Amino acid sequence: MSILFASLIGFLTAAGVFLSLRAQTFPVVLGLTLLSYAVNLFLFGMGRLKTDAAAVLGNSASYTDPLPQALVLTAIVIAFAMTAFVIVLALKTRAELGNDHVDGEDDASANEQGGPSA
Amino acid sequence: MTPNVNLASHSFDQILALLVFLPVLSAIALIALHRAGWRLKRLISAVSVGILLLATIYLIVSGAGNTPQVYPMGDWPAPFGIVWMYDRLSGLMLLLTALLGVVSLTYAIATNEDHRGAHFHALFQAQLFGLNGAFLTGDVFNLFVFFEVLLLASYGLMLHGGGAARSKAGLHYMVINLVGSTLFLFAVGALYGVLGTLNLADLAVRIGQAPSSLYGVIAAASLMLFVVFAIKAAAFPLYLWLPGTYAETSAPVAALFAIMTKVGVYAMLRVHGTLFDAHTAPASLVHLIGPWELWLGIVTLIMATLGVLAAMNLRRQIAYLILASVGTLLIALGVNTTESIGAALYYWIHTTLLSAGFFLLADIIRRSRGDDGWRVLPAMPRATLIGGLFLTYAMGMAGLPPLTGFFGKAMILHSVLDSHLMGAIFAVVLITSVMLVIALARSGSTLFYRVDQQEQAIAAEKVTATALTAVFTPLIIAAAMVLFALPLTSWLHGTSNQIKDTSVYIRHALNPAVSRLHTHEPHEPPTKSTRSDH
Repeated sequence: MSILFASLIGFLTAAGVFLSLRAQTFPVVLGLTLLSYAVNLFLFGMGRLKTDAAAVLGNSASYTDPLPQALVLTAIVIAFAMTAFVIVLALKTRAELGNDHVDGEDDASANEQGGPSA
Repeated sequence: MTPNVNLASHSFDQILALLVFLPVLSAIALIALHRAGWRLKRLISAVSVGILLLATIYLIVSGAGNTPQVYPMGDWPAPFGIVWMYDRLSGLMLLLTALLGVVSLTYAIATNEDHRGAHFHALFQAQLFGLNGAFLTGDVFNLFVFFEVLLLASYGLMLHGGGAARSKAGLHYMVINLVGSTLFLFAVGALYGVLGTLNLADLAVRIGQAPSSLYGVIAAASLMLFVVFAIKAAAFPLYLWLPGTYAETSAPVAALFAIMTKVGVYAMLRVHGTLFDAHTAPASLVHLIGPWELWLGIVTLIMATLGVLAAMNLRRQIAYLILASVGTLLIALGVNTTESIGAALYYWIHTTLLSAGFFLLADIIRRSRGDDGWRVLPAMPRATLIGGLFLTYAMGMAGLPPLTGFFGKAMILHSVLDSHLMGAIFAVVLITSVMLVIALARSGSTLFYRVDQQEQAIAAEKVTATALTAVFTPLIIAAAMVLFALPLTSWLHGTSNQIKDTSVYIRHALNPAVSRLHTHEPHEPPTKSTRSDH
């Protein structure tokens, strides 16, 4: 399970980094979302992986660390708010600059740098 | 908890809580009242900022931070509960934040800049909430949360007023900071994974006890944290977001943002200073961050100076001046002696206040002249007064005597005399200072002397006396900093001593009873139940 878990985090991070380096705002937002998924799983992993254990101290001999779960919850809430905001901002720049290139360049040069536009 | 909680420290706890909760309550009230009139909103915002300023001044004057103070939230003792920590460094940062709040709010109200969006005051208060929280927390994860609060508020403030250029710069600013936040979480998770705590003081203790096999992970996590703070501080090579953001946003927001880069530098001083203190940390980790700060500071200073020379309008030039000051601060932090940090703190106050005021002055020039770029335009009204202000600010920022910039730089240079990189630091700081003087002299002569005699002057926007007061205030404080340089530098030296000797901080953080009773007997940190072994 550890290897699967670690490779999943690694894959999500790699995909997130790749997408957030794209030149259109949509892939960038998608990349940031994947990065936040990766980091949430990573935080979980830092409490060590355990199955069939309660997240409460003292109620059983075998319990899982509750603190990373609290951290993940906070991180999810924050990432959710940030994603909502960045989507609105991306839409606003799309409307104001007339295209979805991160530097507001025209479609022709955007296509050269960032692959096919969505 | 001890029953012997004395009254003095109790009222003190309430002031700390006030500093954090007053702005957030004001922000909530302002959102709830968003249909109310401008007068009411301005009143709430101004009263909140005014109380913050008085409270922070009281905290400094009362000497409360002379021993580090701890306020455990809900009386949960550290390291289990989340603690607020207050010491002299926090006090100084809080005072600077409140001062900038007053100055930029005054300017925003005087120029009606706050009318240009519905939620300026609510976002402004939320920004102060995030800043105050970040300066008071003693917990790494809580620091992350407050970073997010201040960033989210700053995204909104940065876009205040709207416009395509502002949106574009705002998108860049937001994306790089979101990546930074992710990195912050990775670093925090890794630290928790190997050390089992997130309380700063507890982390420092456990790093001291950690087996050497963990040093690699600790170093990697700490360097990741350093990258995050370097993004906030805008150190080379992570500064590219700053000039666009600061130059494109509205003037009062840019003035308030003068503290934002300092948040990054503060976090380095607080987090890395505590974790890798020479007294507690293993010898191989003590010098982990210092060389990075030093070299990145030198390169940042050089790049920023080139930016100042190349900038095509005054606001962008000031943004690069902020970068130059970050470079200078990082050099002093990298040298990492009591003297160099004390000198850095003096320069820190100077650069935060003056760059904020300079942004406001640039806005006044833009309003009077129609543009703050280098185009030749007709003369502006009241050119003598505004030109005099420009000259004073330029001298201060470039580091010419008799203003604070000169004393700050002189003290920093004096403090690096023993460093093995003394030659390089002297060369870079002195040569860049000359180039800053040249660049600012050129800007001044372009803006004020190269006047288009043929064309008719535009109808300049009227600049009120209140707006000018906001521009004068930082200069008055700077003048006071020169006049009272001796008591100020000795106070800052004491602050630097406090930063460098984290053992007192750690003892107080892990045992609030010690802090509340103001005793100094040596006290072992309480034994903590370590995270369960899996």
